[in-house]
Amino acid sequence: MPKDAGDAKLLFQSLNKAYAATPTNLKIIDLYVVFAMATALVQVAYMGVVGSFPFNSFLSSVLSCIGSAVLAVCLRIQVNKDNKEFKDLPPERAFADFVLCNLVLHLVIMNFLG
Amino acid sequence: PRPAPRADETLAQIPPPRPPMAAAASTMLESLPAPLLRALRLKTKQQELLLRVSALALIYVLAFAVRLFSVLRYESMIHEFDPYFNYRTTLYLTEHGYSEFWNWFDHESWYPLGRVVGGTLFPGLMVTAALLHRLLRALSLAVHIREVCVLTAPFFAANTTLVAYAFGREIWDSGAGLVAAALIAVCPGYISRSVAGSYDNEGVAIFALLLTFYLFVRAVNTGSLAWSLAAAFGYFYMVSAWGGYVFIINLLPLYVLVLLVTGRYSQRLYVAYNCTYVLGMLLGMQIRFVGFQHVQSGEHMAAMGVFFLLQVFFFLDWVKYMLNDVKLFKSFLRITLTCVISVGTLALGIGTASGYISPWTGRFYSLLDPTYAKDHIPIIASVSEHQPTAWSSFMFDFHILLFLFPAGLYFCFKRLSDATIFIVMYGLTSMYFAGVMVRLILVAAPAVCLISAIAVSATIKNLTTLIRSKSKSPQTTGKTTGSKAAAKGAVDQPLPFQHNVAVALLLGAFYLLSRYAIHCTWVTSEAYSSPSIVLSARGHNGGRVIFDDYREAYYWLRQNTPTDAKIMSWWDYGYQITAMGNRTVIVDNNTWNNTHIATVGRAMSSYEDEAYEIMQSLDVNYVLVVFGGVTGYSSDDINKFLWMVRIGGGVFPVIKEPDYLVNGEYRVDKGASPKMLNCLMYKLCYYRFGELTTEYGKPPGYDRVRGVEIGNKDIKLEYLEEAFTTSNWIVRIYKVKPPKNRS
Repeated sequence: MPKDAGDAKLLFQSLNKAYAATPTNLKIIDLYVVFAMATALVQVAYMGVVGSFPFNSFLSSVLSCIGSAVLAVCLRIQVNKDNKEFKDLPPERAFADFVLCNLVLHLVIMNFLG
Repeated sequence: PRPAPRADETLAQIPPPRPPMAAAASTMLESLPAPLLRALRLKTKQQELLLRVSALALIYVLAFAVRLFSVLRYESMIHEFDPYFNYRTTLYLTEHGYSEFWNWFDHESWYPLGRVVGGTLFPGLMVTAALLHRLLRALSLAVHIREVCVLTAPFFAANTTLVAYAFGREIWDSGAGLVAAALIAVCPGYISRSVAGSYDNEGVAIFALLLTFYLFVRAVNTGSLAWSLAAAFGYFYMVSAWGGYVFIINLLPLYVLVLLVTGRYSQRLYVAYNCTYVLGMLLGMQIRFVGFQHVQSGEHMAAMGVFFLLQVFFFLDWVKYMLNDVKLFKSFLRITLTCVISVGTLALGIGTASGYISPWTGRFYSLLDPTYAKDHIPIIASVSEHQPTAWSSFMFDFHILLFLFPAGLYFCFKRLSDATIFIVMYGLTSMYFAGVMVRLILVAAPAVCLISAIAVSATIKNLTTLIRSKSKSPQTTGKTTGSKAAAKGAVDQPLPFQHNVAVALLLGAFYLLSRYAIHCTWVTSEAYSSPSIVLSARGHNGGRVIFDDYREAYYWLRQNTPTDAKIMSWWDYGYQITAMGNRTVIVDNNTWNNTHIATVGRAMSSYEDEAYEIMQSLDVNYVLVVFGGVTGYSSDDINKFLWMVRIGGGVFPVIKEPDYLVNGEYRVDKGASPKMLNCLMYKLCYYRFGELTTEYGKPPGYDRVRGVEIGNKDIKLEYLEEAFTTSNWIVRIYKVKPPKNRS
C-alpha cells in the first residue's frame, strides 16, 4: 500500500511536470474537453434526480457533450506538432474539418432534441 | 496527406512497353496529317486513363442491362410480395408528401388493429425513389412512379460497381478495382435481389453497405475527419434503408478490436472510429423504426464497448508519451487496467441483469444459434429465405469466385495492411453468415467479389510480367558486371518454357472468366428473372404458356367487391392484395403480430363452423386461397398448410399438428385424417375439384402437385359461397355469408 501511494505520488508529479511543457493551444483544447465532459456529468446527475422522461432530449444533450469532446480530442491529435502521422496535414484543414463535423453534430442534435 | 504509395503509382514509374492496342491506334493515326497527329497522340498515362474510364463505363451499362430480362420478357411490373408494400408506400409518398408519409397510420391492413406505417418501416428506399421521380419530373420527363420503382434496383447496382472499383483501388490497386467492378456487375448472388422489378430494400442497401465500408476504410487510411463524416453519412443511409445495418455496427467494432489485438493501434484509427461512431449513432437514431436501439439493445453494445476501449487505449498512449519512464508507466498501466475491466464488466452485468440492455432479438439470435428459430419462433423458421444454405446454392451464386476466394485471402495475408485486414474480416464474417441463412449470400457477394478480384488481378499481373520480361532478358544478360548484378541474374534465371507456360496460364484464366460471365448471364435469365406474380411454363408443343391468375384475382377483387370489404388470406399475399386489389386485409407480410396470424391460421385449420365464428369476430367478408392442383404450381396453400397449423398451434393449443398427419405423414388422399379432410383450407381449395379431370388417364380430382387423387370429393359449404375462381384455378375467392335471419 505505501509503495503504491509513493508510486502514485511520483506518477502524479512527473505527469504534472510533463504536462506543463505542452504548448498553449493544446492546453486550450484540453480545457474545452474537460468542460464538455463536466457538462455531460452534470446532465447525467440531473437525469438521475428527475428521471429520464423525454429520453430523446436526454440522449441528444449527453451525446452533444460527448460528441464535442470527442471531436475536440480528434482536433488535438491532428494539430499536435509531435504527431508524425499527421505532419502533412495543415492545421487550417484540421480546423475546417472540426468545424464541419461540429456543424453536422449540432444540426442533428437540434433535430433530435424534440 | 497521402498514405503509402499505391502499387499502380510505383509501377507507372517503370516505363512500360507500348500496349498492343496503342500500337494499332498509332498506326491508324499515322495516316492522318502531321499537326493533327501530334495533337491526337496520347501519352501512356492518358491512354491508361482512357482505357480505365471506358472499361468502367461499359461495366456500368452491363450491370444495368443484365438485370432487365423480366422487363423485356413480360412487362415492367413489380415482382414478388414485399416490393408491393414498398411500391404502395412510395405511391403514398409521392401523392401526399413527406410529412403525411412520416406520420401515416394505415387502417387498410391488419384489420382491426391497423399499422403505424411511418414508424415501422425503413424509409430509405421510398425516399430515394421519390427523389429520383421528382428529379426526372423536374427535367420534364413525365415518368410514372412505377417505372422509377422498377428500375431503381438496377440503377443502384450500377452505382455499386463504381463503389466496388473505388474500394478495390483503396485496398489493392486500380487493376483489382476494375476486376472487382466487373465481377460484382454480374455476380448472381447480388443479381438475385436487384433485378428490375425487385423493388426491395436490399437493392439500395448493398450500395449503402459497400459505400459505408469504403468510406470507413478510407477514413482509417487517411485519419481525416472529413472522410469519417462521409462514412457516418453512409451509415445513416444504410440505417434508413435496411435492418441489416446491424452487420455494420458489429463489424466495425470487431475490426477495431482485431487491429488493437494485432498491435496496429494508431491515432488515425482513433479519429476515424470515434467520429464515425458518434455521428453515425446520432444520425441512426433519427429513424423512428430504429429509435433508441443504439444505446439500449444488446446487438449494438459491442460498438459502445469498443468506443470506451478506444478511449482507454488513447489515454494510456498519451500517458506513456508524457511519462517517458517505463517502470512508472507499468505500474500505472496495472492500476488503470484493473479499474477499467472491473467497471466495464460491472456495468455490462448490471445492464443485462436488470433488463435495461435488451438481449439479442430472435431474428439475429438465430444467426448465432441456427436451431433457435425452429424450436421457439416458427414464423421465422417458416420463411424460405431463412433456411440454411446448401452447397449447390453457393456454387450457383458464386461459380468460380468460390475457389478464387481462398486465393484472394492468401494474397491479402501476404500484404497485410489496415485495409486488407478489413476486407479479410468482412469476407470471413459474411461467409459464415451466408452459410447460416440463404438470404445472406447477398451480403457476402461484395466481399467475395473484392477478394477474388485481388486474386485475379495479382495473378494476371504476375503472368503478364513474366511474358514481358522474356523479351527484356536478352538485353539484361549482356550488361552484368559486379557480384550484385550476377546474384540478381541468378535469381531471375528463367524457368524452362516460362514464356509458353505463362501464355497458357493466361489463356486459362481468360477462359475461366469468360465461363463465369456465361454462367452468370444464364443464371440471371433462367432463375432470377421471374416476377413470381406471373408464372410461365412450357406447353406440350414447346410454346410458352403464361399464367396471370394472381393479377386476375386481385383485379376481380378491386372491381367486384365493396370498397370496405375485408379479405382474409394467409399472410404471404397481404401486400399484393392491398397494393393491387386495394382492399383491407387481416394479416400481411409484415408479420409483426404473431397472435393475429395465429388466429388466421386457426381459422384455416378448424372445421367450417368454428372458422365461421372466428371470421365473424374479425368482420371477414371474403376469403382468398391459392391452389396449385390444376396447374402443378407447388407454392400453394395446401403445401404451406402445415406452417399454418404450427403457427396457429403455437398460440392456441386446441390446434394440434398430429391431428392433421397420418403416422407422421402429410396426406390429402383417402387415407388422410378426418380433421384434415374437413378443415376449412381443404374444403376451400378442393371445392368442386372432385368433378374436374386434370390429367389424361387419371381419375377426376387428381391433384397434380401432391400426385394423388383427393380423399373428399363431395364437399358442401354451409357458411361460405364461391365468389370467383381464376381461369387456371390458382386463386380462389369465397364470400362469407351473413348470419341467417332465423337462428
